[in-house]
Amino acid sequence: MDSEDDFMSAVSSGDDIQDDSDNDDMSGGDDDFDFDDEPDPDLGIHKDIMQRKKVAYDISFKVYEPADIQKQQDVLIDEVNMILDISKEEAAILLRYFRWNKERLIEDYMDKPRQVLEAAGLAQVSASPPKLEVIPGFVCDICCEDEEGLQSFAIKCGHRYCADCYRHYLSQKIKEEGEAARIQCPADGCNLIIDARSLDLLVTPELRTRYHELLNRTYVEDKDQLKWCPAPDCQNAIECQVKKKDLDKVVPTVACLCSHRFCFGCILNDHQPAPCELVKRWLKKCADDSETANWISANTKECPKCNSTIEKNGGCNHMTCRKCKHEFCWMCMGLWSEHGTSWYNCNRFEERSGTEARDAQAKSRVSLERYLHYYNRYANHEQSARLDKDIYHKTEKKMVQLQRDSKMSWIEVQYLNSASQALQTCRQTLMWTYAFAFYLARNNQTEMFEDNQKDLEMAVESLSEMFEKPVAELQDPKLKVEIMDKTSYCNKRRVILLDDTAQNLAEGRWTFNIELTGPPAAAARSNGGPSSRR
Amino acid sequence: MASQKRISKELADCSASPPAGMSIALASDSDVHKWHITLDGPASSAYAGGRFGLVVTLPTDYPFKPPVVTFATRIYHPNVTNDAGGAICLGLLKAEQWKPSTRILSVLEAVRALLVEPNPDDPLESRIADEFRQSRAEFDKNARAYVNRYAVGPVTFPSESQNPSNNKNNNNNTSSTATPTGGKAQGS
Repeated sequence: MDSEDDFMSAVSSGDDIQDDSDNDDMSGGDDDFDFDDEPDPDLGIHKDIMQRKKVAYDISFKVYEPADIQKQQDVLIDEVNMILDISKEEAAILLRYFRWNKERLIEDYMDKPRQVLEAAGLAQVSASPPKLEVIPGFVCDICCEDEEGLQSFAIKCGHRYCADCYRHYLSQKIKEEGEAARIQCPADGCNLIIDARSLDLLVTPELRTRYHELLNRTYVEDKDQLKWCPAPDCQNAIECQVKKKDLDKVVPTVACLCSHRFCFGCILNDHQPAPCELVKRWLKKCADDSETANWISANTKECPKCNSTIEKNGGCNHMTCRKCKHEFCWMCMGLWSEHGTSWYNCNRFEERSGTEARDAQAKSRVSLERYLHYYNRYANHEQSARLDKDIYHKTEKKMVQLQRDSKMSWIEVQYLNSASQALQTCRQTLMWTYAFAFYLARNNQTEMFEDNQKDLEMAVESLSEMFEKPVAELQDPKLKVEIMDKTSYCNKRRVILLDDTAQNLAEGRWTFNIELTGPPAAAARSNGGPSSRR
Repeated sequence: MASQKRISKELADCSASPPAGMSIALASDSDVHKWHITLDGPASSAYAGGRFGLVVTLPTDYPFKPPVVTFATRIYHPNVTNDAGGAICLGLLKAEQWKPSTRILSVLEAVRALLVEPNPDDPLESRIADEFRQSRAEFDKNARAYVNRYAVGPVTFPSESQNPSNNKNNNNNTSSTATPTGGKAQGS
């Protein structure tokens, strides 16, 4: 709180950092201080190559809209069509087969055209274009119809079926299986691919649209540098050059035109600063463990011998581990043999074996508690982030109310919007710092990280508190300035934290207690089923 | 319905010249979508001497959708579930590999071929697949034991009401008997 004045004054000189966070969270802070500018929620900056200044976690990317995606394909198809002297439909099939790697396609085709065509599902004889025909004496091999005047169709392989069966086959492939690029001839064992022109000839316009949609999809899915924006109903794709193997060094966060921010590596929502592998592990661990861990912590003990988790579901204290058959006393965790044989009241607290067992027990509890420490903080921020929508709507209402009650204009109340955005983004980041910290092994960097985390968290909590104040108080111009200051401070702290973590990640200065690359190590704690009491 | 004609034709063809070691009948005369096949264990396989019931169910969308083929008789095989369901893993029968021009005849032949040559690389029962790969003698012994236990005498097909009476639905969960012994030392 004390330092916010410093930061307020620092803002003017620290424009670069401020700018960056604007780009980063779309409408985050762009209207924090320049109320004179038109606040434009859809700045379009993301489409152009970003002229951002360098922060370690920055990566470059481009957003493509559906028309761009179509155009890119058309360009490639035209090129191949011209160079190789094959029809556009065939060029498209070949390109899809080569996963849109034009150079390799041309090279291979020049080398051995026949094999390439065959492998891609194209016949080498380019006869007359496909058309519906009525052939006397034709019997459809699928439906066994043989009535006269039956329309039939075949692609280049010559496997001929009646038009109805062909249509049915295609519509089933497209509609039910979502297949487009690799629909083969219906003949048993024939792997010839049905081209777009033949398809257009047969199916309804609606199905044709769907078919081309699916084809477009394969274009994006086939290219490693392209990914769909995962936001619901968003049709844009993002291009980013970050390679899969670099994911332990960088957290490639991108923002779509629709304002959705996500990780290009794993398509999950923005999870900076934690690297993808760590996120994957953490989510799995949480899905497997969190509730269970809480329960286990409260209700169970581990077998002193094999560490299986045991719930005592009633009755006497003579426990026999179902897994290793170890017999022990539930009260003191000591060997049962040291107690009597009859039912007994455990009064042997100082028994040696019991003390040892309890020590081991304590150790295993510590690791559980460590997890719960991080999990609870992670979950808390996650929950707050989930309430984002509510907060945002509340903000809008407040803004309207403020305009009505005070003499502030729409522009003048935008600071609340900025504050809300900052809260959301910072909480998102904070949430992942806890997952990150869980896997972090202590070294010289960790203290710095924890300080950054603490600063950001304190700033976020105090902003959150101010933000929740009733409208009457919000009218106080002093509070407005305070909120604005705090907002910019939060954004700034976030940038600092992310910059620092990203830099250390890129330079390999973090030590994790898991392997970020390669197959996951076997779970440390053997997770035997709950054993029962004897 | 387009499929009716095709099914009738296939049924006629199959009945006229059934594949080696098989006999074909409809489950009920009123429904051409359910076939009952009796298959003799191929002589060259561990299933020789056994008689297996196969149920072929043709979906309404047949031949655009693949038929569903299951064993009505228990069989010890890497690619058939070791239960009363008798589901078969056969590439040909998967939706994405199925071609509408494929005939039931070739499906039946593929099933027969699977008995001669199990495919342990694509197993439904991985334990049996491992055994098949690692100790073939043991596998043969088990397969023959199943034949003697389940696949001798007339084949019984499940009735429409799905009553797997001849098969004990005895899966692997035999370990559930590990209930606590004794231990009634409760009370004060």
